[in-house]
Amino acid sequence: MAKRVGMEVSLAIGEAAKLADVDVVAAYPITPQTHIVEHLAELVANGELKSAYIPVESEHSAMSACLGSAAVGARTFTATAGQGLELMHEVLYVAASMQLPMVMAVANRALSAPLSVWGDHSDVMAVRDTGWIQIFTENGQEVFDTVLCAFRIAEDPKVLLPVMVHLDGFHLSHMIEPILISEEDEVKRFLPPFKYPLALDPKKPVTMGAFAPPVIYSEARKAQEVHLAGTKEAIVKCWDEFASIFGRRYLPVETYRAEGAKTLLMTMGSFSETAMETIDKMRADGKDIGLVRLRLWRPFPTTELRQAVKDAETLVVFDRAISLGSQAGPVCSEVRSALYNLEKKPRVASVIGGLGGRDVTVAGFEEIINIGIKMAKKESQQEIEIFGVRE
Amino acid sequence: MAVKSESELGWKDIETGCIVTEAGSAAQYPTGGWRSQKPEYDNSKCNKCGLCYIYCPDCSITQQPDGFYKVDMFYCKGCGICAKECPRDVITMVPEAG
Ligand code: SF4
Ligand code: SF4
Repeated sequence: MAKRVGMEVSLAIGEAAKLADVDVVAAYPITPQTHIVEHLAELVANGELKSAYIPVESEHSAMSACLGSAAVGARTFTATAGQGLELMHEVLYVAASMQLPMVMAVANRALSAPLSVWGDHSDVMAVRDTGWIQIFTENGQEVFDTVLCAFRIAEDPKVLLPVMVHLDGFHLSHMIEPILISEEDEVKRFLPPFKYPLALDPKKPVTMGAFAPPVIYSEARKAQEVHLAGTKEAIVKCWDEFASIFGRRYLPVETYRAEGAKTLLMTMGSFSETAMETIDKMRADGKDIGLVRLRLWRPFPTTELRQAVKDAETLVVFDRAISLGSQAGPVCSEVRSALYNLEKKPRVASVIGGLGGRDVTVAGFEEIINIGIKMAKKESQQEIEIFGVRE
Repeated sequence: MAVKSESELGWKDIETGCIVTEAGSAAQYPTGGWRSQKPEYDNSKCNKCGLCYIYCPDCSITQQPDGFYKVDMFYCKGCGICAKECPRDVITMVPEAG
């Protein structure tokens, strides 16, 4: 039986990586992710985890070391946040396009300047097009479960891609929560040993990361795009099997009291839990309102999203990042484009909030919903509202 | 199995992770197409030291049975390194005709 323990979420991620029996951890500390790699370093140092631990000199090197480790077929884990994720940027593309499976926990953090170590989704949005599978989480249990699932998804022979597990910096990474830590034999049953079919082998030499002139680059990108889009099936299947063993079920798009609601709020990450309370409160007040939560960010679950919002008249999309110079928050832009060609679709409003660690309360989400409803009624789609900004 | 050239490959032909499974495929790439000048040898001055062969970045130069060196124009990109490195001024870079 799994044990329920009170544990800081960052440490639970370390425990999940330990249960996954990772072979290599290459990481560089950065707030608010540091406790994850510190805990892993501790587990390796005291012999609880038989893994190679590479204390690299930067995040660029961390991701580069992970490339090599995944290429020889080692189960590979790393974690980062904010500026660290941006320093990895160019190497992230390589991991995805070379189909090197690995798992990275990202404790989502705002970007400089002004310097902020606190949470938002600016770092995620900057790496959204790198070709990684990206999954959001809402609480400590989900983070723990998603790390286990991420290994299984990454290493699925039909997938073979790197996976990012997003958790809100501080709001999740530094919370102490009751978490069911799975038993080793359950995890072993769920997560078979990693057999990378393309592992570097001197007996079967191949070229990885070759040069592609204009005559072949487009074909390579098309192949990558079709492959990434096609991984959704394997991701859903992994979550189904996870549910059958552990009893907790995850979906690409999840809803909360959304059935038939005329107005929907959409969130991503830990703020969804606060938003659920807002929905309960507004429902109790007799409002026709529900919540849509995006779990799978890449590949984008267009079909599931369309299904979830099909009966709504208004959809208020809450973004924890600003796409400077754009006309909506990054998630909102994507949602609008997923719905635009439909005959019947809700009007979509973009409200941005929770930037650089700013909290949004239950009452705050009620205000956000009301602002969104007002915005959606207007013809203009150009407006962005940043919630709670002082004049 | 006949190997498709790059221009014949469709996106479905791309290997997982864009890996090249065939060894030595760079041999098919005609770097000679980049050339604007070509090396010409005056073997009467050559002492067969092999420096040109060692320095050529495209491995375009090979030794012949008589010991002298010869350039394969399919690969020679006309960089002029061989001419610069030859200690006996055997090699002159001359513009490509046309
Ligand atoms: S010109 Fe350059 S490429 Fe051509 S043979 Fe000389 S060194 Fe090699
Ligand atoms: S470097 Fe000059 S002298 Fe030496 S082998 Fe080449 S051509 Fe002959």
